Amino acid sequence: MLFSSKDKKVAALAESLEGVQGRSLWQDAWRRFLTHKAAVASLFVLGCLMLFSAFGQHLSPWDFEQIDWSALANIEEKGRPSIENGHYFGLDPVGRDLYQRTIQGSRISLMVGFMGAFVAVFIGTIYGAIAGYIGGRVDSIMMRTLEVLSAFPFMFLVIVLMAVFGRNVLLIFVAIGAVSWLSMARIVRGQTLSLKRKEYIEAAVAIGVKPFTIVIRHIVPNVLGVVIVYATLLVPEMILFESFISFLGLGVSEPHTSWGALISEGAGNMRTAPWTLIYPMAFLVVTLFCFNFLGDGLRDALDPKDR
Amino acid sequence: MLNFIIRRVAVAIPTVLILILISFVLMHSAPGGPFTNERNLPEAVMKNIEAKYDLDKPAWQQFFIYLGNVAQGDFGPSFRYRDYTVNELIATSFPRSAYIGLWSFFFVVVIGISVGIWAALRQNKWQDYTVMTAAMTGVVFPNFVLAPLLVLIFAVELRWLPGGGWEGGQIEYIIMPIIAMATSYIAQVARITRGSMIETMHSPFIRTARAKGLPWRKIILKHALKPALIPVVSYLGPAFVGIITGSVIVDQVFSTGGIGQHFVNGAINRDYSLILGVTILVGVLTIIFNAIVDILYTYLDPRVRY
Amino acid sequence: MTMLQVKNLEIAFKTPDGIVRAVNNLSYTLEKGQTLGIVGESGAGKSQSAFAILGLLAHNAQVKGSIQFDGQEIIGQSETALNKIRANKIGIIFQDPMTSLNPYMKISDQMTEVLELHKGMSQKDALQESIRMLDAVRIPEAANRVTMYPHEFSGGMRQRVMIAMSLLCKPSLLIADEPTTALDVTVQAQIMQLLKDLQEEFHMAIILITHDLGIVAGSCDKTLVMYGGRLMEYGKTRELFNTPTHPYTKGLMSAIPRLDQHTEELTTIPGNPPNLLRLPDGCPFCERCKVAEDRCVSQLPAVEVFASDRERACHKSVEEVA
Repeated sequence: MLFSSKDKKVAALAESLEGVQGRSLWQDAWRRFLTHKAAVASLFVLGCLMLFSAFGQHLSPWDFEQIDWSALANIEEKGRPSIENGHYFGLDPVGRDLYQRTIQGSRISLMVGFMGAFVAVFIGTIYGAIAGYIGGRVDSIMMRTLEVLSAFPFMFLVIVLMAVFGRNVLLIFVAIGAVSWLSMARIVRGQTLSLKRKEYIEAAVAIGVKPFTIVIRHIVPNVLGVVIVYATLLVPEMILFESFISFLGLGVSEPHTSWGALISEGAGNMRTAPWTLIYPMAFLVVTLFCFNFLGDGLRDALDPKDR
Repeated sequence: MLNFIIRRVAVAIPTVLILILISFVLMHSAPGGPFTNERNLPEAVMKNIEAKYDLDKPAWQQFFIYLGNVAQGDFGPSFRYRDYTVNELIATSFPRSAYIGLWSFFFVVVIGISVGIWAALRQNKWQDYTVMTAAMTGVVFPNFVLAPLLVLIFAVELRWLPGGGWEGGQIEYIIMPIIAMATSYIAQVARITRGSMIETMHSPFIRTARAKGLPWRKIILKHALKPALIPVVSYLGPAFVGIITGSVIVDQVFSTGGIGQHFVNGAINRDYSLILGVTILVGVLTIIFNAIVDILYTYLDPRVRY
Repeated sequence: MTMLQVKNLEIAFKTPDGIVRAVNNLSYTLEKGQTLGIVGESGAGKSQSAFAILGLLAHNAQVKGSIQFDGQEIIGQSETALNKIRANKIGIIFQDPMTSLNPYMKISDQMTEVLELHKGMSQKDALQESIRMLDAVRIPEAANRVTMYPHEFSGGMRQRVMIAMSLLCKPSLLIADEPTTALDVTVQAQIMQLLKDLQEEFHMAIILITHDLGIVAGSCDKTLVMYGGRLMEYGKTRELFNTPTHPYTKGLMSAIPRLDQHTEELTTIPGNPPNLLRLPDGCPFCERCKVAEDRCVSQLPAVEVFASDRERACHKSVEEVA
C-alpha cells in the first residue's frame, strides 16, 4: 500500500523526465538549431526569397526581355524605381524592367548555387565514403589523386572553360560543382575513417551485418550532419563563384542573367543609375549572409564536437 | 626533412605535367583557333602565321614542343600581343601582382589573426558580436562589389585617390587594390582564428595551464596560440597564392596591369600560350606553398611527422 | 588541523536547456596530510566540487557557499589571488593525461614554467628540479626524456609526468580527479602506489575523486559518497565500508564483485543517475532506492551527524537501512 503510492509518484516523476531524456539526436539538433536566432531568421528569409523568385514575376506587368521604349531615351530620369509605372526596381541601362530581371537572375543564381553544391556533395560524399570505408591501398591512391587535384588552379580552369566553350548555364554549374568536391571528399573520408573504428560498427561487423547495410544504417546517418553543414556553406560559395564569372562577362548569356551579371552591368552605370547596382547587390549580399548564418546555426546544431 | 622535400617534388612533377596536359587539351579541343576571328586573312598569310606558332603540326607534336620549351623556362610568344613573349608579359605583370599581394597578405595576417583572437577572448560579448558581424559582412561582400564601390567613393566622389593605374606602385595607386584584395581574406582569417581559438581555449590542456596559476597573457601566448593557428596556416597557404597572383577583379577594376588581367584577356582572346603560361605559374606556386604549409605543420605540431 | 573547509557549496551551470545543479549544499572538511575519497557515479558532482577549490569552473558556473583553504576564502577571489594558490599550494591531476598535457609543448617547458612562475627559479635550476621530480615519480632516464613531447610517452608515463608537474611546488593539497580511470588496470595499481609514496614523502593531503570503490578502500582515510550533487554518506573509510548506513552506499557495496563469494550475476543498482536539470524535490536517489517511501520523493532528507565523524542524508533510520 505504502509502496504503491510511492511507485506512482516515481512513475509520474519519470514521465516528466521523459521529455528531456527520450530525445533522438535529430530532435536534439533541431531544438539546438531553433535556439540560434540568426539561423532561424535566415532560413525564413531564404524561404521567402525562393518563393519570391518562383512567383514574384506575376506581381509586375513587365517581362524580363521586354524593353520599355517609352523610358529608353531617358533612363536616368524615367528609369528610376517607381510603383506607378510598374518598374519597382527601375530599368536597366537598355530599358528592361530590373524587377523582372532580378527575379530572373535570382533563379539562375540560386539554381547554380544549389545544383553546384549538389554536384559537389554528390561526388565528394561518394568519393570520400569509398576511400574511407575501403581504406588501405585504394584509400591511399584516391587520396594521392586528391592531393594532385588540389594543386590545380581550378578557378583559372573554369574561366578557360567558359571562355573556350561558350556560356552555358548547365556547363557553369557542372564545372563549378565538379571542382568544388575536393574538400567535401576529404571531410567525408575523415568522418568515415573515424566511424569505422567505432565499437558499434565493429560490433555490427562482428555479428555479420553486410557492408552495404552498415554503410546505409550506420555510416550515412552519422556523416549526414557534416555533409548538410558543408553543403549549406557550399551554396553561397557556388553563388559567389558564378557571380564572379558572370561579372567578368564569362557567365550566363543574354537575355538570361544572374546576380553577378546584373552587378557587373550596374557597376558600369553606378554613377548615373545607382539602382541598377543596388538591387541585385542587395539580393546577393542578403542571400550570402543568410546562407552563412544558416551554415553556422546548422554547425552548432549538428557538430558532434559540441554535444 | 630532405627526404620529405624530395617526396614533395616527386609528387609535384606529375601534377604540373597533368596540369599542362589538361589545359592544353582543353584549349585545343575548343572550336576555332586563336586567329579565326582575324578578318579575311589570305590563306597563305594564315598558313604562315600558323606555321610560325607550330599550329600546323599535329596536336601531340605541339604538346611536346611546348613541354620542351617550358622545361627551358620559355613559355613561347604571345598569340595576341604580337611583339611580346609570354615571359615578358609575366615579367612585367607578376611583380605588380606580387607587390600588391604581399602588402595585402601582410594586412590579412596581422589584422585577421589579431582581430580573431581578440573576438575569441571576448566570446559572446558585444565586442565579439560586433567584430564577427563585421567579418561576416566582409565575407559576403564580394570584391567585385567592393572594388567598384571603392572607386565610386574615393576616386569619383571624394577625389582622394586616383581611380586606377600603376605609376610604379606609388602608395595612392595601391591603397584601393590592397583594400579590395585583403578585405574578404581578413574577414575569413578572423573567423577561422576566432573559431579555432575558442576551441583551443576549451581544451583540457588549457585547464591544466590555468591550474598551474599562469596569468592569462601567458596561457594565451605560450599554450593556446600555436594550436589555435594551425587551421589558420592551412587556410593561409592556398590563400597566399591567390593573393600573390592577383585577383582578376582587382586588376580589371583598377587597371593595375597585374597578372589577372592577362589571364582574362588571354581566355577571351584564346591566347593559348599566355593562358598556359599563367596557369602553369599559378599551379607551380600553389604546389610550392602547399609544401611550405606542410613544412610549417611539422614545426607547429610535434605529432606530425614528415 | 583543518586545512580545507567546504561549507554549503552550491554549483550551478546556466545552459540553454536550463540551470544544471551540479553540486548542492555540500559540506566537508579535510585535515592536513589526510586522504579523502569522493565517490559517486558520473554526473554526481565530484569533479565540479573539486574544480571549485581551484576556481577552475567554466565561465557559466554560479558558485555559492564557502571554501576555506588554510583559513583563506577561495570563492569570490580574483584570478590573481587564485593564481598564487594554484599549483603552488594546491596541485591537481586530471583524468586524461593525453589531453591534459599540452601536446604542442615539450615536457621540460611545461614543467619549468611552473617553477619559474611560483618559485622565481632560473630556467636552468627549474630544469634540474623538473628532472629531479620526474625521477621521483620513477620515470626512467628522466634527464633525456624531459625534452620529449607528451605523445612520445605511454599513458601511464604521461600520468606520471602529470603527477610530477603537479608536485613541483610541493603543494600541501593534491586533488586527483580520476587519476587512473584512463589507464590500464596494472598501471592503475602502480600509480596509486606512487601517489601513496609521494604523499608520505611530501606530507600532503589528497582529495581522491573516483568511481572505483576498490581504490578508495585501499587508500583513503575518509570517504564521501555523492549522488545527484549531494552528500549521501560520509565517514571513516573502514567504518563506512563495514557498516554502510545509506541505501545508495549499500547498493554500491553490493555492486562490487567479490572473490570470496560465489555468485553468478553481478548485482547492479537499477535505473540511471538523475537528470541534473530536473532534480526531484526530495532525495535525488529516491527513484532508484529500494526502501524509499512517500516523503523521500517530496521531502529532502537533511544531513545528520549520527556518530563521531559519520554523516548521512536519509529519511530512513540507520536500523531500517541495515
